[in-house]
Amino acid sequence: MSDPGKLNTSSSELDLDRPNIEDYLPSGTSIHEPHGQLRLRDLLDISPTLTEAAGAIIDDSFTRCFKSNPPEPWNWNVYLFPLWCCGVVVRYGILFPVRVIVLAIGWIIFLSAYIPVHVLLKGHDKLRKKIERYLVELICSFFVASWTGVVKYHGPRPSMRPKQVFVSNHTSMIDFIVLEQMTPFAVIMQKHPGWVGLLQSTILDSLGCIWFNRSEAKDRETVAKKLRDHVQGSDNNPLLIFPEGTCVNNHYTVMFKKGAFELGCTVCPIAVKYNKIFVDAFWNSRKQSFTMHLLQLMTSWAVVCDVWYLEPQTLKPGETAIEFAERVRDIISVRAGLKMVPWDGYLKYSRPSPKHREQKQQSFAETILRRLEEQ
Amino acid sequence: MGNSSSMLTQYDIEEVQEHCNHAFSQQETVSLYQRFCQLDRSSGGFISADEFLSVPEFAVNPLAQRLLRTVDGLNFKEFVAFLSAFSPRATLQQKIEFIFKVYDSDGKGSVSFKDLLDVLRDLTGHFISEEQREQVLKQVLEEAGYRKDSSLVFADFVKILGNPGLKMEVEVPVD
Repeated sequence: MSDPGKLNTSSSELDLDRPNIEDYLPSGTSIHEPHGQLRLRDLLDISPTLTEAAGAIIDDSFTRCFKSNPPEPWNWNVYLFPLWCCGVVVRYGILFPVRVIVLAIGWIIFLSAYIPVHVLLKGHDKLRKKIERYLVELICSFFVASWTGVVKYHGPRPSMRPKQVFVSNHTSMIDFIVLEQMTPFAVIMQKHPGWVGLLQSTILDSLGCIWFNRSEAKDRETVAKKLRDHVQGSDNNPLLIFPEGTCVNNHYTVMFKKGAFELGCTVCPIAVKYNKIFVDAFWNSRKQSFTMHLLQLMTSWAVVCDVWYLEPQTLKPGETAIEFAERVRDIISVRAGLKMVPWDGYLKYSRPSPKHREQKQQSFAETILRRLEEQ
Repeated sequence: MGNSSSMLTQYDIEEVQEHCNHAFSQQETVSLYQRFCQLDRSSGGFISADEFLSVPEFAVNPLAQRLLRTVDGLNFKEFVAFLSAFSPRATLQQKIEFIFKVYDSDGKGSVSFKDLLDVLRDLTGHFISEEQREQVLKQVLEEAGYRKDSSLVFADFVKILGNPGLKMEVEVPVD
């Protein structure tokens, strides 16, 4: 791995008008502001800074966002253990094969309808798109059925109108499938390798999906332009964006990227909350591949979740894009019962910008200089 | 990821507690172990500097690099001993000792003017000029009765920081 500190610092929003992290960290840990003559003790006493460092080592709000919390074992008991074993047999021996068959049937139906339509109806775009949308919704329903998904949708269904984007919190790639089942969204996603990438470049492309690459620096401008073009078109599928930029464990929300909020259109928030009663739907991409994650879902009893379509929001006069993003994040977090943390999801992949450390340094330096002047 | 050794035996816990002078209760030691395993993503038995820096709250701390010199590559027993200064059960002496060790990076047993300057630089960055820093340090040292070229030993730290004591505590979350 690279040397500490040599990893590129986060290139995402470094604006100074981002919410103040100090508001989120426990109070009483920031360096207090004493007055009076500056003494040796004041400079020697580094205990507040050390306490903050030790506090971060012991527990920090960022790592908590990506922790998959394993359920408490409940089956270590003479009565429950055999029952649990029967459950395992049913899940792996009966449910799983049935689900695989259902999924296979779904794919056969989908491909045998999609490929001819895609090829033959090349000239009749409007009709072709209509059928393709319906087919994608169909295959997503098959996917959801293959995990016995119990999804409850609340609120008015999204409508196909121009100048609107949908934003949602992100727990796993299945968020997209759960939402797609109801509405043919065009989504903006990270380009993946493997079979997922293949699906992305063929089928999802026809929906109007947009791809980005986290690791490419210049990517952001091209993607921003594609987003703007997409929302202006009236015939395009409604755009779905996951502004967190990464999968979070469905107990917290990390900071929303402002890209979705400066497109000059209405933002319709969607909140998704999974019930962990049978399985934890959080895809910990550091721990398992997507295939393993799907298999885990397919060998559980059910995937239960709630989807809330919330009231569309527009930029208030005098509000910056970041404030708008935070406001929408608050709406979504309250609805889904998630806690908000002030960290950028991309800190999973890069180091924090030196600006944060410099803010602390600056405030301490100013205290010293001020007290010197008072003498 | 293989957290196969995530169960501590009673013997392990007691050994760790011995090593840190019972600064943490058994529950807290178990919690610290879970945290240690969480940070030690490569399961190497120790937390590398890189793994520490992946905690953003730690990485933005002005003294992070200085602390990394001590804390890089610690195994669990040493990790707990390192954190023991922040336990509510730690004595004032232990806390002052910890601060002294942060200053005395080369372990000589004495803290020179340069050491004081280094730490002050970490804390203030480029928001104070180097000359101002030297001037401020010289001023407060003289006011306290020391000269610029005198080194401070542990006893000096006790004298300066001992009264009215330090508040340096962190709570270990126990679920």
